[in-house]
Amino acid sequence: MFAYLVRRLAYAVPILLGVNLLTFALFFVVNTPDDMARMQLGVKRVTAEAIAKWKAERGYDKPLFFNGAADGTAKLTDTIFYAKSARMFVGDFGAAEDGRDIAREIATRIGPSTALAVPTFIVGLLVTVSAALLLAFVRGTRLDFWGVVACVAAMSVSGLFYIIFGQWLFSKALRLVPISGYADGLSAFKFLVLPVAIGVVAGLGSSIRWYRTLFIEEIGKDYVRTARAKGLGEGTVLFRHVLKNAMIPILTGVVVVIPQLFLGSLLMESFFGIPGLGSYTIDAINAQDFSVVRAMVFIGSVLYIAGLILTDLSYTLVDPRVRFD
Amino acid sequence: MPFQPVLLWSDAVLWLLVGLLATLAVVSRRAPPLAAAWRKVGASRVGMAAATLLAVFALIGLADSLHYRLALPAEPGKPAAYGVEVLSVLDGALSGLRGRNEKTYSAPLATQSYAMETAILANGGQQRDFPPLRYGGAQLKPGDSWMADVTMRGISGVVAGGLLWWLISTVLLWNARRGAAPGDAIAQIEPWRGVRAIFMKRPPGSFAWDAVLATLLVVCLIAGKLTALSAGYHVFGTDKVGQDVLYQVLKSVRTALVIGLVTTLVTLPLGILLGIAAGYFGGWIDDVIQYLYTVLNSIPGVLLIAAAVLMMQVVIDTHPEWFATAAERADLRLLALCFILGVTSWTGLARLLRGEALKLRELDYVQAAQAFGVAPFTILLRHILPNVLHIVIITLVMDFSGLVLSEAVLSYVGIGVDPTTISFGTMINNARMELAREPVVWWSLVAAFAFMFALVLAANLFADAVQAAFDPRRSAQ
Repeated sequence: MFAYLVRRLAYAVPILLGVNLLTFALFFVVNTPDDMARMQLGVKRVTAEAIAKWKAERGYDKPLFFNGAADGTAKLTDTIFYAKSARMFVGDFGAAEDGRDIAREIATRIGPSTALAVPTFIVGLLVTVSAALLLAFVRGTRLDFWGVVACVAAMSVSGLFYIIFGQWLFSKALRLVPISGYADGLSAFKFLVLPVAIGVVAGLGSSIRWYRTLFIEEIGKDYVRTARAKGLGEGTVLFRHVLKNAMIPILTGVVVVIPQLFLGSLLMESFFGIPGLGSYTIDAINAQDFSVVRAMVFIGSVLYIAGLILTDLSYTLVDPRVRFD
Repeated sequence: MPFQPVLLWSDAVLWLLVGLLATLAVVSRRAPPLAAAWRKVGASRVGMAAATLLAVFALIGLADSLHYRLALPAEPGKPAAYGVEVLSVLDGALSGLRGRNEKTYSAPLATQSYAMETAILANGGQQRDFPPLRYGGAQLKPGDSWMADVTMRGISGVVAGGLLWWLISTVLLWNARRGAAPGDAIAQIEPWRGVRAIFMKRPPGSFAWDAVLATLLVVCLIAGKLTALSAGYHVFGTDKVGQDVLYQVLKSVRTALVIGLVTTLVTLPLGILLGIAAGYFGGWIDDVIQYLYTVLNSIPGVLLIAAAVLMMQVVIDTHPEWFATAAERADLRLLALCFILGVTSWTGLARLLRGEALKLRELDYVQAAQAFGVAPFTILLRHILPNVLHIVIITLVMDFSGLVLSEAVLSYVGIGVDPTTISFGTMINNARMELAREPVVWWSLVAAFAFMFALVLAANLFADAVQAAFDPRRSAQ
């Protein structure tokens, strides 16, 4: 088990390196720092001095990979790649365009993001799994048919629709909750209840249908027939046997996203004015702040890899057949 | 020549795709298992109703993909000059909607502007009132009833739509009868009796003509009514700069189709080639390909797209000399977005195909081919690819709806299509702030969401029918 973990963690390093190289190539090789400078300063009438100054201020005036002019290890460390990309491995993300430290900013914004994403995730999972179990329980009936129809209709609606009309209905027309904003502590509740509810509803259609398929596939298996044959009720069969065995495919989809909950939701946070990582990312995209986007890409892939490892570990918990040696 | 044809890049790619789909149809016809699966799709009522609706959308989109520039008034002795504006056949057909711009917002079917204006009266005084629209209801004379006009136009439109449907259904049924065996249910019905064909009893497994005709009837009635009303009014109202919303939603269809279809043109070669190669060859090839898609997968999708689109924007902005017209730039940006979406989304298909190829390479017929010394590439092409084609088809139709939906989100985030390209995303993005107005400006949003819903729902239902027919696990149940 321990050896397996070490191996997985070791495997994560080349992947992160790959992510790093890919983003580096996207941001610095496809576009030279000169292009970026011209872009930030305005395309027309920009002097060479202004570009040089912009680059020097942000440390983009070094060579990309190899600095022949420096001595010793500085040949490698005094480069854009080392300063901008490799430093991310130790949590040094540098400063954003507005001069603020990205790592500090991320630390303060992770709270609101989690406060929104975690309840959405838990409530959503509970609701979808129970609804899917219900549909599987009544499979083949009219309720099941219309339930599936409703799911297909719900997943054909744009996510933006749920947000825009939910916000309009509950905040503007009915005035039940504030339109947007955020507060710390318990008073966050009134700001979070609507985004959480909308987040749950928007995800219902596709997940219920997916889980229902999983359950029904599981119901067709031999052990279920055996369980029925020995006289167990349908409810016991579903909850004791089917649910437990369907956990494996469910876990594959669910555990991967748990670490990424910290990244927050781009749409929800920007629509509801929640100062989390999602709105931070959107603002950075709109302001074309490349350092922040780069940092978020890196953190996102770290969290994804953590999710993959967690998924494998969770298998050992629910499926005794899985052993890592 | 009164016009000069213009071939935008996305037009070329879209027509190429139409050609590819036609090829796929021919291939399907020749391969009995695929033909049988498609027949199953054809027998599904829901599937064929969805397919009919999709075909209508495709027709709109393709009419919007034939571009031209109109000739300017000829001057003697000079070579013919053409206007800078790039129009499409759809624009030409909708010239009534395109040209009739109001000043600003107006509600659906309204005759008055949304915004109050100060008018100078004949006696020199001033009066604040809602001014009448330039085009909406301009045919009404003082004293005419708006209600009567709208009702009359509506009724005549529905009647015209019904007649159109009758014409189409007659042609379709006549054509179907020629190809049908004498015993078929469809051969029992005279072509001009389309209504009867909707309610006929058909044997299970036969083509769902009833669903096709019923869907066409609904589409024709709605189209007829919209056409009749839009001749005198703005049926879905106008937006902030006074452009007709109906025109915008019809134009958005092409953007959605391009995003949904062209992206797969990038996804398919990458996904098929890399997926099958990884599964079939194994070893270091498998390792490299798996590494590649784990790296791509591990970057959160939106962020990777955002990074790539930001970079593309820098390239476009620093090279203005590459583009002759604004339409060309917007068009290339749309294609680049498709390319980026494709490069970031081939991993799912590759993973599926890798698993399938892993299984297939152990089968006897593949082993036999290897023993005969058939070249690996030939084995991939002749023995593996045809046997994973059903997965490719299922993924293709299932991805379409997701891509259409994601366009709206990406445009909201600011990394979608060019702001000058009319799309569902840009429509929603421009209109979402207007819900805060009093009275609420809802029509742009509702129209965009409704059309998008119809398109995505049809795509989802069609995908379901296709999956049910092609997936061996599901057809066994």
